[in-house]
Amino acid sequence: MNEPRTETLDEPTRGEGEHRESFSDRVDDRAEELASAAAAGDIEQAGLWRDAWRQLRRNPFFIVGAVLFLVFAVMAVAPQVFTSVDPRDCSLARSGDGPQPGAPFGYDIQGCDYYANVVHGARISLAIGFLAVLGTLVIGVVVGALAGYYGGWIDSLLARVTDIFYGLPLILGAIILLSVLPERGVLEVSLALIAFGWMTAMRLVRSNVIGVKQADYVQAARALGARTGRIITKHILPNAMAPVLVYSTIAVGTIIASEATLTFLGVGLQLPEISWGLQINAAQNRLRDAPHLILFPSFFLSLTVLAFILMGDALRDALDPKLRR
Amino acid sequence: MGRYVLRRLLLTVPVLLGASLLIFAMVYALPGDPIRALGGDRPLSEAVQAQLRAEYNLDDPLLIQYLKYLAGLVQGDFGTDFSGRPVLDTILDRLPVTVRLALVAVGFEILIGILAGVLAGLRRGSFFDNLVLVSTTVVVSIPVFVLGFLAQYVFGVRLGWFPIAGITQGWYSYVLPGLVLAALSLAYVARLTRTSLAENLQSDYVRTARAKGLSETTVVGKHALRNSLIPVVTFIGADLGALLGGAIVTESVFNIPGLGRAVYDAVLRQEGAVVVGIVTLFVFFYIFFNLVVDVLYAALDPRIRYE
Repeated sequence: MNEPRTETLDEPTRGEGEHRESFSDRVDDRAEELASAAAAGDIEQAGLWRDAWRQLRRNPFFIVGAVLFLVFAVMAVAPQVFTSVDPRDCSLARSGDGPQPGAPFGYDIQGCDYYANVVHGARISLAIGFLAVLGTLVIGVVVGALAGYYGGWIDSLLARVTDIFYGLPLILGAIILLSVLPERGVLEVSLALIAFGWMTAMRLVRSNVIGVKQADYVQAARALGARTGRIITKHILPNAMAPVLVYSTIAVGTIIASEATLTFLGVGLQLPEISWGLQINAAQNRLRDAPHLILFPSFFLSLTVLAFILMGDALRDALDPKLRR
Repeated sequence: MGRYVLRRLLLTVPVLLGASLLIFAMVYALPGDPIRALGGDRPLSEAVQAQLRAEYNLDDPLLIQYLKYLAGLVQGDFGTDFSGRPVLDTILDRLPVTVRLALVAVGFEILIGILAGVLAGLRRGSFFDNLVLVSTTVVVSIPVFVLGFLAQYVFGVRLGWFPIAGITQGWYSYVLPGLVLAALSLAYVARLTRTSLAENLQSDYVRTARAKGLSETTVVGKHALRNSLIPVVTFIGADLGALLGGAIVTESVFNIPGLGRAVYDAVLRQEGAVVVGIVTLFVFFYIFFNLVVDVLYAALDPRIRYE
């Protein structure tokens, strides 16, 4: 069970209206804290997010993750920064040639420059990663907030539906759904991953909403006559989002890995799309004579996933008050 | 306890029904004509197609098809695939392979995962601890199929220690795929053991045990470790349920004729009966092992009681 996080999410010193309700309760604690902070020469007291940011900046794992992410983000938006070679300029004469001057990753089976192809593969991976996670968040937050806030039979019903989807492994469900579609692009693959990947976000939001819905400031808002919709969106959700943010960061990585897996299995993206999954798929029978064709896209793919996992792990440590030093 | 188990068992029924209906709907209601595809380049005559459709109830509305399927299932009839082979035969044929693979994987989780976790948890902040933290993060970041190719390349092609495909060499051929299948959970087990042990080493009862003058071996082995392993044991139990149903990628990369491979092939051929039968079995495994784990939790940890 997640503990209510009101304590650290309040930002009374900055006077944010949403959280002022609990101000009077904690003013004493706060004064004491401020006094000790002032004594320590560190007056800059801040809320959860500012504290988290301060801690993140000092975490080497986060720095590595963020740098990797920035590199791949630039690669996705403007691949020309990394290569000026056209990935579709191919010549069968050099099919499967290894790394050599002018072609650091060698050539693929079609004789295309492999470095240019691998660099151009970043775009579609990141696009699907963000699109699918955004989708799972929308479903997860809506369903989770409804189940958590209303409880009772609505909760039971939504929990059973979630159980049904939970029993189906993500990859398997997506395979079944995608296998019957003749055309599979970014949208189709993202939708399949959303359809079988929203449950964790739902459970997270649900348990956090249950955790904060009895908090003083929610009671106060209700007493002041705020409508249910306003209470959920303005008071409960913002205070239940920290773990969801951690989860989503890591989820971008796992979704990217899942997309590559589906594409590798032959039910994901299709040629002439340029993607790491397709590259590994095309190279899988050349493991003995041209291993570089598998290793390079695999390396880029794994580094991308690693970037999000590093950032997510660091974010979790930074946002968990229990781990504060 | 008995009532709790009974209630949980009853709750699995709607979940199983819902899951099978969901799969059924996806396989049958989405576009694509498996009977037409069956003929390939030489189209079957209309009469044959009609007869096959009738035989597999493909002309009925979705819900009727599903109910007919359920009626058969209750009598132990899983249906047949398009070549007339009973789905149950396929399942019984492939299940031992998948079970063997899952057992090898769980073996690696216990052996390597717990060992690494214990060593890291005992010396927090040490070089080995950091090594475990970094290597688990890296392993988690590598997609399973990439890990499979890496293992094939390093241990199969370069070193030549293990066969890279098939199951012709008995248990020995399961080592590499088992390790790859286990990798993700193995990393998780190591981290879980580490955190859990490190937390328990800080607890009052360990301090008491030390204050009594017990030897470090007894303190760690008999007091801290036994408590620390409760969440680990339950995770591994639940993971067994997931591994039994989640080996599609590993079985594809290593060309292992298990249930995952069977369901993948069936999906591509749109053999609805095979897909629904096997996937429902997967869902059952998943739910069943989760139930076992919850019961196990109460048995291992006396503080937990189900009313």
